[in-house]
Amino acid sequence: MILLLLIVLPLAGGLLAWLCERFGAAWPRWISLLALAADLALAASLWPGQGGSGEAWIAQAAWPWIPRFGIGLHLGMDGLSLILILLTGFLGIMAVMSSWTEIESRVGLFHFNLLWCLAGVVGVFLALDLFLFFFFWELMLVPMYFIIAIWGHENRVYAALKFFIFTQGSGLLMLVAILALALLNYRATGLLSFDYFDLLGARLEPTAAVWIMLGFFAAFAVKLPAVPLHTWLPDAHTEAPTAGSIILAGLLLKTGAYGLLRFVVPLFPDAAQAFAPVAMALGVAGILYGAILAFAQTDLKRLVAYTSVSHLGFVLVGVFAWNQLALQGAVMQMVAHGISTGALFMLVGALQERIHTRDIGRMGGLWAVAPRMGAIGLFFAIASLGLPGLGNFVGEFLVLLGAFRVNPALTATAAAGLVAAAIYALFLVQRVFHGENGEGWKMADFSFRETAAMAALMAPIVALGFYPQPMFDTAAPALDTLQQYARGEQP
Amino acid sequence: MTAGDFIAVLPLAVLGAASVVVMLAVAFRRHHGLAALLASAGMVLALAALVPAFGVSPRQVTPLLVVDRYALFYQGLAIAAGLAVTVLSYDYFDRREGRREELYVLLLLATLGAAVLAASTHFASLFLGLELLSVALFAMIAYPVASHLPLEAGAKYLILAGVSSALLLFGMALIYAQLGTLSFAAIGAQSSTAAHSRDPWLLAGMGLIVAGIGFKLSLVPFHLWAPDIYQGAPAPVAAFVATVSKGAVFALLLRYFVEAGGTPYNALLPVFSALAIASMLAGNLLALLQDNVKRILAYSSIAHLGYVLVAFTGSGALALEAVGYYLAAYFVTMLGAFGAVGALSEPAQEADCETLEAYRALGWQRPWLAAIFAGMLLSLAGIPLTMGFVAKFYVVATGVDAATWWPLAALVIGSAIGLFYYLRIIVVMYSNAPSQAPAAELVPLRPGGRLVLAVLAFLLVGLGVFPSPLIRWIQAAAGSLV
Repeated sequence: MILLLLIVLPLAGGLLAWLCERFGAAWPRWISLLALAADLALAASLWPGQGGSGEAWIAQAAWPWIPRFGIGLHLGMDGLSLILILLTGFLGIMAVMSSWTEIESRVGLFHFNLLWCLAGVVGVFLALDLFLFFFFWELMLVPMYFIIAIWGHENRVYAALKFFIFTQGSGLLMLVAILALALLNYRATGLLSFDYFDLLGARLEPTAAVWIMLGFFAAFAVKLPAVPLHTWLPDAHTEAPTAGSIILAGLLLKTGAYGLLRFVVPLFPDAAQAFAPVAMALGVAGILYGAILAFAQTDLKRLVAYTSVSHLGFVLVGVFAWNQLALQGAVMQMVAHGISTGALFMLVGALQERIHTRDIGRMGGLWAVAPRMGAIGLFFAIASLGLPGLGNFVGEFLVLLGAFRVNPALTATAAAGLVAAAIYALFLVQRVFHGENGEGWKMADFSFRETAAMAALMAPIVALGFYPQPMFDTAAPALDTLQQYARGEQP
Repeated sequence: MTAGDFIAVLPLAVLGAASVVVMLAVAFRRHHGLAALLASAGMVLALAALVPAFGVSPRQVTPLLVVDRYALFYQGLAIAAGLAVTVLSYDYFDRREGRREELYVLLLLATLGAAVLAASTHFASLFLGLELLSVALFAMIAYPVASHLPLEAGAKYLILAGVSSALLLFGMALIYAQLGTLSFAAIGAQSSTAAHSRDPWLLAGMGLIVAGIGFKLSLVPFHLWAPDIYQGAPAPVAAFVATVSKGAVFALLLRYFVEAGGTPYNALLPVFSALAIASMLAGNLLALLQDNVKRILAYSSIAHLGYVLVAFTGSGALALEAVGYYLAAYFVTMLGAFGAVGALSEPAQEADCETLEAYRALGWQRPWLAAIFAGMLLSLAGIPLTMGFVAKFYVVATGVDAATWWPLAALVIGSAIGLFYYLRIIVVMYSNAPSQAPAAELVPLRPGGRLVLAVLAFLLVGLGVFPSPLIRWIQAAAGSLV
């Protein structure tokens, strides 16, 4: 029941926010904030205590839904889901905070879309029925489409459409794959079911397994994004309003990684193993390609967007290396990237709100004008380049450590991405905050609200960098169990 | 005929009687509201008559008609849609000048034709139902005689429907010449025998029938009439053409091939797959080029019939169920979409509200209507929380089950293209108004139209999230045919 509440809270909050718009623009903001805070608190209350039972599943709930197809409303939470839902609640609050002054028109509808998108994300992280998963997978797209198309920047319609067609088209491939999996399982066992646990043990012919796995992989690779399916990302991130960028980079990309972890490898272990070198090569290509392109950008927001391609490459490598070290690294990277990139997008959004440009060529010398912004920008830039002591370093280091055991050559190439990251991150700080203030910019520094939000984002990055153990402990049983499923050990 | 037979065809009798009553009422007193009220009452009574008919089903009534759950399901669908169109038509035509009352006679007759089609098991009743439907439609499409677009559309439909009837008749003649029977069951039994399983004349006859039906369903390459007629016809009539006319013909096609298909049907399967692929790709691609909302909906409807055909080429009960659910979803969605277009159309202008520009900023001026229209478009695109999503799920399930990979690939590509133009309309609705344009005077929505649109929106979401009640009905309907 508490799991269902996690999804219903943002849904109800969204409706309420929309309806209460008539009382004033502040109402939707506060209602959204409260709904997300309640969601976050509810999820946090499920955090396993010291030395948990070792059982992977923290909570599960199932109701019948469409018995004709053996579809159930099956929700389940393990450590992995919990960590990502906490991230969802946290970044959701940040998204509301960041749009506090940026979004001025149709505030109610904006928050409605924001909360429904977040509800879809939470649903994706909780669904243990493949139909339900697909349902939430699609559900989170439509509100995000509206967020980009209505409240975005100059080229918003094009970007929103591209985002939607890419993700929807690949989603349909996943739908075909889900159905193929369920129907093949039905023919083998006589049980028509879309339940995760029923399908885990499905015995598939090797060729069928490869094709079905590719159907899933296509959808997740578009979302992740993996090169060469990433082209929607720079456009969507750049054109979206700040809150949209935070949710896109911080959460929607993570749903792709989550899908790989939860479904692709456990459901098709053999096919995934055969495919692993290709997937890891795609990941490494993404790391380097994203880093190089980030360096070449003149649009600050586009730069940050390309760093996401690079960072999520590490996640792809980590997932397909498929050992405890690399998986822990991938989860850490997901969380740390979500927070640090969300913060960078908030920073860029704040800059754009003040100087009305994202062109790096026109910036410079801003540290002197707004020292708090400069210092915070430097912090998140070096978090992004993976400085030891911050969460991103832990994630990337563990991924490389784990992947080295599987494929040393690719891992060595991926490590070059760290150097490239240092270049673009320092380039960003240098060009924006140092040098001549050529255009004579004058602007307000971060307000108290913005500084507080940034501090809230810095704290977990530092905490994860110095003491990541609690998160490892929470994720470990879930990751162990996923590896057991992949080995064919039944739940 | 026994009393049970009469009860079984009571819905048809009620529709027929209602058309006579409306005609007489118009002869005595010309009153738009009265005519619409009588027609609606007739439809409601016909719907109610389905209950006793259900009690005596399944039953073969004369060699021409069979009243089984399958027939009753599609009759219910057609009559309910006819009722919705009646109410929408009242709202639409009440704001316009002219002699409006006879439309309801035609509407009842067309619905009767559709109901006959759903129950026919014989070429004679097939033709009877089809002509009843088509002839009423000529007049309905061209009903606003004062303006030239509807007239042109009506003339086009008349000629093409004539051609398709000719093809059908020729096909029936060929089959009769070979087998000596007009009843579906007998055709099915004989065409599977060794003597006829490779009979080229029989195959040619079946092919001609497919071509004739293809016209009615506006499948590519028989689709050329659809955009012009959807554009020219008044919006509620276009809704009727898109839903009741196509749905009833599809129900008939399905019954025909289940009962009378036999071995030649397998030879025609690749043809159906090719028609499906062509309709999905061409329909969606051509819709991209349009700036007229009614034409976009026309091409979208072509593509959607292609999707249904993917389910049709599947096998077994799953295929029948998928067609049933898809058509139900398609009915709700298309009625809602055309209902919204009709509600927006201003009586002062000759054309309906159909240019894309007319929809600019609608989302802010008329939030409820725009939200319903957007919901219908999202359902057409197959987005969750709507019936269109479950329908698409059903179709893909059937395709995967039958391993028809090429049509499925076309479905995926077609759906991705389709998103583009559905979202285009939605984006226009939710973009900002051009600042210099004067605020357009809004046509207020009538209570009747409001009710119909609200019910359709409720069904769209309700059956999209909890499809099980509808699925149970459809399973019963499909079970009676297999």
